[in-house]
Amino acid sequence: MLIPILTLGILGLLFGIGLGLAFKVFKLEEDPRVGKILEFLPGANCGACGYAGCFGLAQAIAEGKALPSTCAPASIEERKKIAEIIGKELEEKTKLVATLICNGGCIAVDKFIYQGINSCMAANLLFGGQKTCPYGCLGFGDCVNVCPFGAMYMDEKTNLPVIIEEKCTACGLCIKACPKNILTLRPIKNKVYVMCNSTDKGALVTKYCKNGCIGCFKCEKVCPSDAIHVKNNLAKVDYEKCTLCGECVKVCPTKVIHPLSSTPGVEE
Amino acid sequence: MTQYLMIIIGAIFINNFIFTRFLGLCPFIGVSKETKPALSMGLAVTFVMTMASLITWLIYRFILIPYNLLYLRTISFILVIATFVQLVEIFIHKVSPTLFRAFGIYLPLITTNCAVLGVALLNSEMFFKEKEVLTNSFSFSILQGFSAGLGFTLAILLMSGIRERLEMAEVPQALKNIPIAFIVASLMSIAFLGFVGFKL
Repeated sequence: MLIPILTLGILGLLFGIGLGLAFKVFKLEEDPRVGKILEFLPGANCGACGYAGCFGLAQAIAEGKALPSTCAPASIEERKKIAEIIGKELEEKTKLVATLICNGGCIAVDKFIYQGINSCMAANLLFGGQKTCPYGCLGFGDCVNVCPFGAMYMDEKTNLPVIIEEKCTACGLCIKACPKNILTLRPIKNKVYVMCNSTDKGALVTKYCKNGCIGCFKCEKVCPSDAIHVKNNLAKVDYEKCTLCGECVKVCPTKVIHPLSSTPGVEE
Repeated sequence: MTQYLMIIIGAIFINNFIFTRFLGLCPFIGVSKETKPALSMGLAVTFVMTMASLITWLIYRFILIPYNLLYLRTISFILVIATFVQLVEIFIHKVSPTLFRAFGIYLPLITTNCAVLGVALLNSEMFFKEKEVLTNSFSFSILQGFSAGLGFTLAILLMSGIRERLEMAEVPQALKNIPIAFIVASLMSIAFLGFVGFKL
C-alpha cells in the first residue's frame, strides 16, 4: 500500500520541481493591461489595424506603439474604455462605412459567359471579368465572403453586394478583396454619392450599362453648393461641401447618384 | 539494423498512428486547417512522444517492474506526459505567443492525446516480455516514440495541405469544413492501408 503511494508521490514531486524550474527559465512577463484591452476589442482578428490580430494590437496599444483609436471596428464606447485603461484621451474620428460605387450588376452587359471558379478575383484574371464594363462589379461576392461582421449580402435581384451600414465597421477587408477597387470608405452621414466608377465616354457607357454615369454635367450645373464635379466623364461628390439637398439626384438621367431614403430633401 | 529500420518504417507508414491505429485524431482534425500551425503541432507532439518514450521506459524498467507495480502503468505514464506537455506549453508561450494562441485548447489537449499514451503503452508491451527486458529495448522505445511522432507530423501536414486547397474548392454546403475533412481523412487512411502488405 505504501510503496505505490510513495512511488507516485515522489514521481509527482520530481516532475513538479522540474516544471517549477522550467517556469523560472522561461518566465513570461506580460502586461496585465493587454488582457483588459483585449476585452474591449471586437475579437474578429480582421487585421485592418495592421497587426497580427486583436492580440497584437492590444499589445501595441499597451506598449504605446498604437493609439487606442486604431481599431476601426471597435465602437466609440469601446475605444473610450481602451483609452481609459492606458490613461490617454481619445481623439474622435468620423464614422466611415464601406460603399459600393457601382450600380451595374445584372443591368451591365456581359461580354462572355464565365464558367470558372466562383470568385471575383479568379474571374478578373480572365480578360478582366465577364462584364463589358471594365470598371464594374463582377458580382461573385468576394467582399461578402470576406466580411467578418456579416455586414454585407448579395442582392439577388440586382446581383450587387449590399452593405448594412449599422453593422459595417469600416475595417476595409472588402476593399482589399475587391479586384475592381470599387469599394471605398465614405463618412456615414454623406448619403449622396455617385454609384459608378467608369471613366469611359458617355456614349460608350450607355452601350454596356444603362445605370452608369455618362458625364452629362447636369448635376454639376444644378448643385447649389459646388459640391459635385464631373472629371474624366465621371461625376464625383465632394463629401465636405455636400449639403444633401438632393438636387443632383433629381436631375440625373441615369439615376446613378445614389440617394438613400433617409436623406432629407430626397424623394424615393 | 533491420530491426531499427522496421521500427521506423512501421511507426511512420505501416502502423501510422493516425491512419492505421486511429489514435490522436483530435488535434489531427483541430489543428490541420493551415500548414504552419500543423507543422508546429506535429513537432510538439513528436517532442512529447520522444521524451515520454524515454522517461516512461525508465520508470517502467526501474520502478514499476522491480516493485511489482504494473497496475500503476497508466497513471504514471499520464503523469510523465502531462509534465512534458506543460513544458512544451511554457516553452511555446515564451517563444511564440502567436503560435500559442493558434494552438488554443489543442496544446494542453496533447496531454490527453491518446497517440502519446498509446506509444508509451505500446513500447511497454512490445519491448518487454512479461517482466523481462528485451535487448535494445531502450533505444527501440525512443526510436518508436520519435518515428510515431514523425508519422503524426506527416499525417497532419498532408491533411493541412489538402485542407488549405479545399478552401478554394466548391464543397457542398452540408459538407463544408469538418465533414469533408473526415471524408478526406478516411480516403487517406485507405491509401495508407496499402503499406500494410510491406515486408522488410
